[in-house]
Amino acid sequence: MNQIDIGKWSQRDLNMLRTSSDTREIDLLTTSVRDLNATLQAFGSNTRSDEASFRVLTPNGAHAIAVGIDAPLNVEIAGHVGYYCGGMNKCASIIIDGNAGQGVGENMMSGVIHVKGDASQCAGATAHGGLLLIEGNASARCGISMKGIDIVVKGGIGHLSGFMGQTGRLVAFGDAGEALGDSIYEARIYVRGKVESLGADCIEKELRDEHRAELFALLKQADEAHKADVSEFRRYGSARKLYNFHIDNAGAY
Amino acid sequence: MKTIEKAWGYMPPRRSATFDEHAIAEIRRAAATGIYDIRGGGTKRKVPHFDDLLFLGASMSRYPLEGYRERCDTRVILGTRFAKKPVELAIPVTIAGMSFGALSAQAKEALGRGASLAGTSTTTGDGGMTPEERSQSKTLIYQYLPSRYGMNPDDLRKADAIEIVVGQGAKPGGGGMLLGQKISDRVAKMRSLPKGIDQRSACRHPDWTGADDLEIKILELRELTGWEKPIYLKMGASRPYYDVALAVKAGADVVVLDGMQGGTAATQDVFIEHVGIPILSAIRSAVRSLQDLGMHRKVQLIVSGGIRSGADVAKALALGADAVAIGTAALIALGDNDPRYEDDYRALGTTAGCYDDWHEGKDPAGITTQDPALSGRLDPVLAGRRLANYLRVVTLEAQTIARACGKSRLHNLEPEDLVALTVEAAAMTRIPLAGTDWIPGL
Ligand SMILES: Cc1cc2nc3c(=O)[nH]c(=O)nc-3n(C[C@H](O)[C@H](O)[C@H](O)COP(=O)(O)O)c2cc1C
Repeated sequence: MNQIDIGKWSQRDLNMLRTSSDTREIDLLTTSVRDLNATLQAFGSNTRSDEASFRVLTPNGAHAIAVGIDAPLNVEIAGHVGYYCGGMNKCASIIIDGNAGQGVGENMMSGVIHVKGDASQCAGATAHGGLLLIEGNASARCGISMKGIDIVVKGGIGHLSGFMGQTGRLVAFGDAGEALGDSIYEARIYVRGKVESLGADCIEKELRDEHRAELFALLKQADEAHKADVSEFRRYGSARKLYNFHIDNAGAY
Repeated sequence: MKTIEKAWGYMPPRRSATFDEHAIAEIRRAAATGIYDIRGGGTKRKVPHFDDLLFLGASMSRYPLEGYRERCDTRVILGTRFAKKPVELAIPVTIAGMSFGALSAQAKEALGRGASLAGTSTTTGDGGMTPEERSQSKTLIYQYLPSRYGMNPDDLRKADAIEIVVGQGAKPGGGGMLLGQKISDRVAKMRSLPKGIDQRSACRHPDWTGADDLEIKILELRELTGWEKPIYLKMGASRPYYDVALAVKAGADVVVLDGMQGGTAATQDVFIEHVGIPILSAIRSAVRSLQDLGMHRKVQLIVSGGIRSGADVAKALALGADAVAIGTAALIALGDNDPRYEDDYRALGTTAGCYDDWHEGKDPAGITTQDPALSGRLDPVLAGRRLANYLRVVTLEAQTIARACGKSRLHNLEPEDLVALTVEAAAMTRIPLAGTDWIPGL
């Protein structure tokens, strides 16, 4: 489980910051979120990535922007977004040039979401795949119930991050709030800063070479590999003591 | 029981009504094992139920319809509020959400087959959508649960409606539970979990809290599916008046209200028996809530929890529900607790009709198990036909009652057709006590 698959990240995903010349602009002042989403969702999974680039103007914190895309589109959103931006994303590269509200990239399956500002609660919640890169801080419950996504946060992460994390990786350059990785399953957490406290059944684990390599590869995908020393991170994961109920552990619940 | 002769005669040993046989056995069990009792099924003790209501039928002042000749319509349309493609069902009896994982793939397939034959919908559960289930279910409702196991946009789009699960009648406030024995390779893969662990699903949704957030979540789900699919909201019956009002406020198309008798695959017995309220006591409050908002029949109400027969269906509709959902009864129709496996039940320390250790995965009938040897006992085609038969009987029974009350549509049944047998039922349902016009509290 959690073998790093370099092929998972195409060069396109990583070059997402490059906006192509034939980018279509959609202004949410004059277009509804419904019409925007219908336009984006009309592209099928066989779309070529250089075919379609979009720039969304005046998002003004609207909710559910760019949800349910099923094609390798490039979407740049020029401003702050509300809840669930990029929800259930498949294949698309979405850049949010601002802050993101609750549940950014919730349940995403693949692709990349890049938040240039801060992210509110539950970033990447339950997501199955892809990469969520947050330049600023992420609030509480970052990566809650994560199921395979990779999340890289360059700032800190709030309390209960990685709660019930099933698989995937969560990396924080900054500090982590209380109860990190509470009731965690097989997700892996890497934190460089201070951890306020660990949640039930979450323990610090040895950072071995394979983990350094995994972390390095992951940071490389996020274009951060040479800006941080992977040895400075600490690794957290499940003690696997609560996997099967045992009365001696009742106090942990 | 030995009675000892004393000078004053016989004094039979007396059992305590408080410390009855079950209470004592449970204390002993707890003392021996150190863990609470987990089981499947619903409330086993007697609580006020549909049996506490009766229909009046037609007489001097009401005209009945001819049993076989005059039509009694059973169709129902769910999700008319916002969805572009509402769900249309031939009968108002739907199959409740039960997970693949809790149930075998054969059982899920059989539920789909039976429901499709009878013209109704079936529902996924905590564990995602299986291809068998999708292909065999003409109308499939996809549950959106706190765990989000296997949740993905493709299945969401394959569904005919989406049911956001806030809670279940058997355990309002509790999450799902699937113990290690039932986490087979396939179940583990679908849930992205290691094999063989005790899986406790979350009781709260991971990315929203409260009705204001839920409104945005519903918006997202509609955006994800092009505003086509009805959004149901399922909850356990506890504060129905306010909960239904909040569901309407959050934008639900359909409210599913599950009473305390409702079955579960696995939960603590204490939860099943002591949390939540009987469905009988919840329907009128839910309907009143919808009426106060001008939304009765606009936001449809599905009720569940202990529904067994056409009489129960007719009573639920008369109280104002648009449809019902069944879980336990559907499993029994498939073959759950079948006396022909009595020897096997005995070996498990129980008897046909009482078997409720559904969490253990040893179901002799092959329904609540992931053991291929056991699940292979259930023929999905045959079991599907049994379910369809049962659904048809339930529908005919409800029609029989409706015609007797002079109704050409099941949905024309109304509170006025009912009386209550007990003071409690009268108070809970605001239906007068039989033979009187007394409704306690009004
Ligand atoms: C075996 C079994 C599994 C269930 N799994 C789920 C589930 O995954 N999600 C859910 O919302 N309800 C689940 N339920 C509850 C049913 O959807 C429904 O609320 C209940 O069965 C209705 O009551 P009844 O069993 O008395 O008909 C389950 C019930 C049973 C019996």
